[in-house]
Amino acid sequence: MNEELTIALAGNPNSGKTTMFNALTGARQHVGNYPGVTVTRKEGFHTVNGTRLRIVDLPGTYSLTPYTEEELAARSFIIGEKPHAVIDVVDAGTLERSLYLAVQFMELGAPVVIALNMMDEVKRRKMTLDSGRLSTLLGVPVVETVARDGKGAQEMIAEAVQHARAHNGHATPLRISYGADVDAALDEMERAIVAARFLTDRLPARWVALKYLEKDEEIVTRGRAAGVLSRELEAVSDRLAEHLRATLNTDAESLIADHRYGYIASLLRQGVVRKDVTHERLRISDAVDKVLTHALLGPIIMLGVLYGMFQLTFAVGEIPMGYVEDGFGWLSETVEAAMPDGLVRSLVVSGVIDGVGGVLGFVPLILFMFLCLSVLEDLGYMARMAYMLDRVFKFFGLHGSSVMPFIISGGIPGGCAVPGVMAARTLRSPREKLATILTAPFMSCGAKVPVFILLIAAFFPQHGADALFVITLAGWAMALLVAKLLRHTVIKGPATPFLMELPPYRIPTLRGVLIHTWERGWQYIRKAGTVILAISILLWAAMTFPGLPEDQTARFESMRGDVQAELDAATASGAQAEALATFEDKLADIDNLEAEETLRNSIAGRVGTAFEPITAPAGFDWRTNIALLGGFAAKEVVVSTLGTAFSLGEVDPEDADSLASKLAEDPAFSMWSAVSLIIFTLLYAPCFVTVVVMAREAGWKWAGFSVVFNTALAYGLAVIVYQIGTRI
Amino acid sequence: MTSETGLRTVPVNTRARITAVHADGELGRRIRDMGLIPGTEIAVTGKAPLRDPVALRLRDFTLTLRNNEADHIRVEILEG
Repeated sequence: MNEELTIALAGNPNSGKTTMFNALTGARQHVGNYPGVTVTRKEGFHTVNGTRLRIVDLPGTYSLTPYTEEELAARSFIIGEKPHAVIDVVDAGTLERSLYLAVQFMELGAPVVIALNMMDEVKRRKMTLDSGRLSTLLGVPVVETVARDGKGAQEMIAEAVQHARAHNGHATPLRISYGADVDAALDEMERAIVAARFLTDRLPARWVALKYLEKDEEIVTRGRAAGVLSRELEAVSDRLAEHLRATLNTDAESLIADHRYGYIASLLRQGVVRKDVTHERLRISDAVDKVLTHALLGPIIMLGVLYGMFQLTFAVGEIPMGYVEDGFGWLSETVEAAMPDGLVRSLVVSGVIDGVGGVLGFVPLILFMFLCLSVLEDLGYMARMAYMLDRVFKFFGLHGSSVMPFIISGGIPGGCAVPGVMAARTLRSPREKLATILTAPFMSCGAKVPVFILLIAAFFPQHGADALFVITLAGWAMALLVAKLLRHTVIKGPATPFLMELPPYRIPTLRGVLIHTWERGWQYIRKAGTVILAISILLWAAMTFPGLPEDQTARFESMRGDVQAELDAATASGAQAEALATFEDKLADIDNLEAEETLRNSIAGRVGTAFEPITAPAGFDWRTNIALLGGFAAKEVVVSTLGTAFSLGEVDPEDADSLASKLAEDPAFSMWSAVSLIIFTLLYAPCFVTVVVMAREAGWKWAGFSVVFNTALAYGLAVIVYQIGTRI
Repeated sequence: MTSETGLRTVPVNTRARITAVHADGELGRRIRDMGLIPGTEIAVTGKAPLRDPVALRLRDFTLTLRNNEADHIRVEILEG
């Protein structure tokens, strides 16, 4: 058979949906975007008995009221693409709540298969779940699974395929009674909808009626566009609302939710769940939370965890980092030796190897940071951090859930603002979301870290970890202060609700952590291989062309000739080795001078020099300016450009000094210009990719605002710090 | 003897039953979607270091919400 079936994986956040997805599709997955909305979608393929299954991972949701973008994306996918089956991965431990989503899928007429996940935990809790009974009562297949070790996954897929074949994408929509008043209105509306074939090409009639009662904006908007019946349906809905307000002092939405939960509760009471009163998993989680979210201990432990993470990352990550750097150093020397002198060699060595190598050198460190981050996330600790920090964040006009975007952006150094800004989607309020998006780029992302490490290594070699810790806290402080400022000026408005689940603590699986680490790490590596490679080459060209004018070249040539003649004369007269060495040094100086003049005369050099009057108060010379301009494209380029700028000036192949020591020795750099450069790098305009993502999430106006505002802020602070620092 | 009160005033380690939810719009929908509806039994299991938000146990999971959101929820304290 050559058919392809589309199977959607749905479920609450933390239900094990993604673990299941990874177990089914392995590494062969594809990440994209849901059309029309900005939530990312993952899909992968799985083959069963010759049938190719396209498995789509829907975003984790609690409900299908299109209240968040995730909910909208999940619903739109079911309605728009009509998957052949929807597997609802349900945490069997929270069955009652989880079925709330399942029931909504069923009302929508989706062919649902329920995967009762985490059955191992249920059994450990001495709770019995009768999945057969649940299946009979709901009228859909129910399969017991343990996503962590893949138990039941094959059976689940087999059921889904069978279900898909049996229903061909259309199950009979579930009908729940919502009480006499609501039902009467639903019946009336349903008849009218069926008669007029109103939206029924894609949606079940009763479901449309239900959405009108719930005042679902998306459906009502669609309805208004579809025909005049919309007005009539809205009238029925308004009449019911008035009636309910008068008689029961409630609204249709509340009644509907009450009855849905009532329906689920009555199902479960019919012999589905028999539970022992002990809630082992929750009791352990509670006991751990007593300590980890303790009023005093909680914040101390949180800081300890973050600090420990740096120390660990540096202690462990630096070792492979050294290997990678040595590897690129070796490659650079080998290529240099193998190729004839000229533009091509310069391109390969200074442009490609030094540029990309400077970035890839940090991959081990960044992978290790992502590894720690994934562990904390999978463990359930991240949610606790949001919980503990919400009160503080609220003060700054943000939301506890802003913690996640901040941390992903580099709140723990090594993140990236691109996924960080995207993670802000989970924030419901457009205001807090915007404030988070605009301030997340202040964090120490993985691209800035190399810059910091370089400068710290050059100027504060004894205090590596401490300095980075301070920089990280400075990033947080700036993000919070700027958020407060923005929420009091350009994005005023009240706070949004903080209703968030604290998932039980779970020991992460190695596989899960590795997949998460790799997904993030790969983004970074891919960026290095594409965007940064291109920018490195462009910047190399800008730093190479045009060469020195001929008269200048001739002047250096004659200077060299003079020294060479003196050297020859001295050699002939049998001078001491030391005397000869001074001539060698002179020659090297001339070469350096020429290289520097060449760079200064290049396009980049001219631009950098032109900016010098503006950046001098912040302590930046023209070479730093070039690097910072490159940093607009991607922050990694700051390091690679400094590397290229200084390696173009280097001629002695024996001189194996690292870039850090070169900077430390350079008269253009001082401790305060390093501090100033760190501040500027931390705060100035987000990289190009981030700006594009910001524009997609918040519009070009805000993306532009962030470029201008952040750069102005960074410049102002850099100048203040440099001016004060150099005067004391 | 049961007494009706706002959720905010319920101390940690106390069980209560929701009697009414006075919230509409987005907040109301979110509260209902998470299963906070009249008749639901809850237990306050903890408060964040700054006493806000609070953590609740209901329907076998832990939910957090802020005090000013808890103000929309009326509960009766359950004995024991």
